[in-house]
Amino acid sequence: MSTDSAPAPQSGTAEDVKQGPRIAVSALTTNLREYGLIIALIVIMLFFQYTTSGTLFKPVNLSNLVQQNSFIIVMALGMLLVIVAGYIDLSVGSVAGFIGALAAMMMVIWPLGMFSNPLVVSIVCLIVGGLIGGAQGYWIAYHRIPSFIVTLAGMLIFRGICQALLGGGSSVGPLPDSFKALSSGFIPDVIGPLTLIPPTVNAAGKTILGSGLTLHMTTIVLGVIAVLAYAYFGFRARRKRERHGYEAEPFTLFVIKILVGSALALFLVFQFATYRGLPIVLLVMGVLISLFVFVTKRMTIGRRIYAMGGNAKAAQLSGINTERLTLLVFVNMGVLSALGGLIIAARLGQAVPAAGLGSELDVIAAVFIGGASAMGGVGQVIGAVVGGFIMGVMNNGMSIMGVNVDWQQVVKGLVLLGAVIFDVYNKNKA
Amino acid sequence: MTSTILEMRDITKTFPGVKALSNVNLSVEEGEIHAVVGENGAGKSTLMKVLSGVYPSGTYDGQIIFQGQECHFKGIHDSEHKGIVIIHQELALVPMLSIAENIFLGNEHASYGVIDWDANEARTSGLLKKVGLKEDPKTLITHIGVGKQQLVEIAKALSKEVKLLILDEPTASLSEKDSQALLDLLLEFKRQGMTSILISHKLNEVNRVADKVTVIRDGRTIETLPRKDISEDRIITSMVGRSLDDRYPPREPHIGDVIFEVKDWSVYHPIHAERQVIKSIDLKVRKGEVVGIAGLMGAGRTEFAMSLFGRSYGRRISGEVLLNGKPVDLSTVGKAVQNGIAYVTEDRKTYGLNLIDHIKHNVTLANLAGVSNGGVIDDMREMSVANDYRKKTNIRASSVYQLTGNLSGGNQQKVVLSKWLFADPEVLILDEPTRGIDVGAKYEIYTIIARLAAEGKAIIVISSEMPELLGISDRIYVMNEGRIVGEMAASDASQEKIMRAIVRGEGKAS
Repeated sequence: MSTDSAPAPQSGTAEDVKQGPRIAVSALTTNLREYGLIIALIVIMLFFQYTTSGTLFKPVNLSNLVQQNSFIIVMALGMLLVIVAGYIDLSVGSVAGFIGALAAMMMVIWPLGMFSNPLVVSIVCLIVGGLIGGAQGYWIAYHRIPSFIVTLAGMLIFRGICQALLGGGSSVGPLPDSFKALSSGFIPDVIGPLTLIPPTVNAAGKTILGSGLTLHMTTIVLGVIAVLAYAYFGFRARRKRERHGYEAEPFTLFVIKILVGSALALFLVFQFATYRGLPIVLLVMGVLISLFVFVTKRMTIGRRIYAMGGNAKAAQLSGINTERLTLLVFVNMGVLSALGGLIIAARLGQAVPAAGLGSELDVIAAVFIGGASAMGGVGQVIGAVVGGFIMGVMNNGMSIMGVNVDWQQVVKGLVLLGAVIFDVYNKNKA
Repeated sequence: MTSTILEMRDITKTFPGVKALSNVNLSVEEGEIHAVVGENGAGKSTLMKVLSGVYPSGTYDGQIIFQGQECHFKGIHDSEHKGIVIIHQELALVPMLSIAENIFLGNEHASYGVIDWDANEARTSGLLKKVGLKEDPKTLITHIGVGKQQLVEIAKALSKEVKLLILDEPTASLSEKDSQALLDLLLEFKRQGMTSILISHKLNEVNRVADKVTVIRDGRTIETLPRKDISEDRIITSMVGRSLDDRYPPREPHIGDVIFEVKDWSVYHPIHAERQVIKSIDLKVRKGEVVGIAGLMGAGRTEFAMSLFGRSYGRRISGEVLLNGKPVDLSTVGKAVQNGIAYVTEDRKTYGLNLIDHIKHNVTLANLAGVSNGGVIDDMREMSVANDYRKKTNIRASSVYQLTGNLSGGNQQKVVLSKWLFADPEVLILDEPTRGIDVGAKYEIYTIIARLAAEGKAIIVISSEMPELLGISDRIYVMNEGRIVGEMAASDASQEKIMRAIVRGEGKAS
């Protein structure tokens, strides 16, 4: 307001500082869900570490874990926005399957010349994914067809096209190695390995596999840089808040958070470094997660999505173009489904008719375990990611333990139900 | 026949913090049409909810004696069982079911759960004949107009062997012709010996059919007038006769040039395309002026405001809006906000706030550009803005991180106001800004309005509370049935004058 006769704001700032501890408590309780979730993930990991006699945290298994679940996490990022906006997307598994088939046909079967280059194919596939999302979003946003119905139709349609493209039940492959690297590749070690303990050489003069300790130095350096950046930006943001007198969190709590986070990250980085380094797909995932955290927490478009999911009518009457926003949310979902499809195809090394079948349910489960509300307006990116990892670790751990696939589903279902009941119970108590 | 069918004695009903009814007495004689009149919020509907058991026995004090027996209704079922049937203002029909299905909903002719459709439809035909509705019992409710739907409701009441029929604002959404037909039907029922209670604020209708009128004001019975004493003047005086003390902050208006002007504004109903809701309205607001729009519920005031604000209501909108003398495009909410128009909605919970988010995010929602650079929100700036407005509008909360859903009505309203103040509008439309909030918070809202006017904003206040409009406005338009039916300077307006303009619906008041 231009002509502003309000009392000077300084007086109020002092009051806020005074209220510091109370806000800290409320901040802690509101974040409890998030911390609780991370703690749950750690507990689940330790449980399987124990029941699988230490297999879970083995570097090779960690790599597997990431590679098996990355597509769920990638799609969960889009699904989080869809669910926060107050919608649902059941078509993501089918779209992923269709995109995988399209990519394989372009690279292996169709004579496209230079356009069958994996990079070109990937870009085309992401664009096609965006168009699919836009086509579905158009009906949802501008014609108010319920998203459940539109995407249920999409689920049938794209699974059908996927199978038709692949010519019935056959699979198409093998895909080029450079494409497969998206899922199964590791970042190159540009610095060169560091051998801490030389591998044992047996009597026949051969090295014993898995003996010795060689570190993938690029991974270590990247990991350390990431942790330092995390701590630096954390401190910088805190200093800025302090300068404005809005800091709420006690300093010790803040330091503990940074230390625990860094220690966990460094442990995982070290584990990866003793194997073949960081999987490429983990890097892709990390970049996407950071991007979506930024978009949801800091950008106006993210804020608008939460407002729309919280109260669409109020958002609209505040000048937000809810139709266009809905369309964008589904375009984004389409692009990420396409990326998910590419990751699946790259991991399998071929396109199969059943690729991504049923994965929409894992993706949706990850988002709900992560604390999103089915009513819209509530949910965090980190929650969805941790939810995805909880599902992934349970899959992986139970498989190593030799639990029957049928019972694995039962357990996953119970965890989903339990997580949501816990959430609702907490909310009612508050 | 002068036996008393219903007697309500000393009914007192309290809601947390509000005494909605205090010692209300109502006595209805068999075979009469008894009108209950009063302003919006006077307590008429609450009284009827007590009578019909919506508020069960035990949640209020006082006695209900029906046909000589004291009654303790635990729910609508109990009162209907006794023959008391209430037809609410908002019709309770299922649109996608047929007339016959609606009439016997929950009360079907059935054996072992299997419905006898022939019996249902035959009885429906008989009932429809009684209410004079010529429709096939199989017609879906959604395919008939509101007037006919009202008749279906009455037929439904008749199917329950009604002894006392209560109609809550039955003609509020009916056309003149349908209203007349309905009133004729009431007179016909009376000839057949039925007793009815008619709740209305259309005094010409009351005048036409009522045998007695009970006036309720501020939750109290003022008086019951017999037929021979019924006159509009008498009722109006009785309805509004309350004193005005200084419940409004003093202010010195500094009124400038016209900055906001609406010309020949017409709007049609979004669903019933033939119904014109707003009928060529002209309106002007000057800089620094507070303009009130008076009228009763259903006069079309909210529809008018929402149709102006980004065409958020209605279809086939025509007319022109001038801002500072230049035509301005308000065709979307975004454009309206950019052009400096703000609309604070009547229903803050449904249309104004994101209740599951905190104060800070709600305050900046209409002007995110004001706290961001290139689409990235500056958290610190947002924080200062939120705290600043929290102080300016005196929002009482532990911090700006409190969820708006947990705030009291008054504080919620201040959050909505803050949101629109931060959008920095030139013209602010406030729709029922003090509905459902306590007296103290009301005063604070009036203070904010006065300050905004002093800053040179043009302010339109829509309110059903006439004292409020008289207390804060400089000029008052009176609206009724989609038209401006009066315009007066607040200095020579009075509740009687406004009420007269409404109930007579004659052109411009002097």
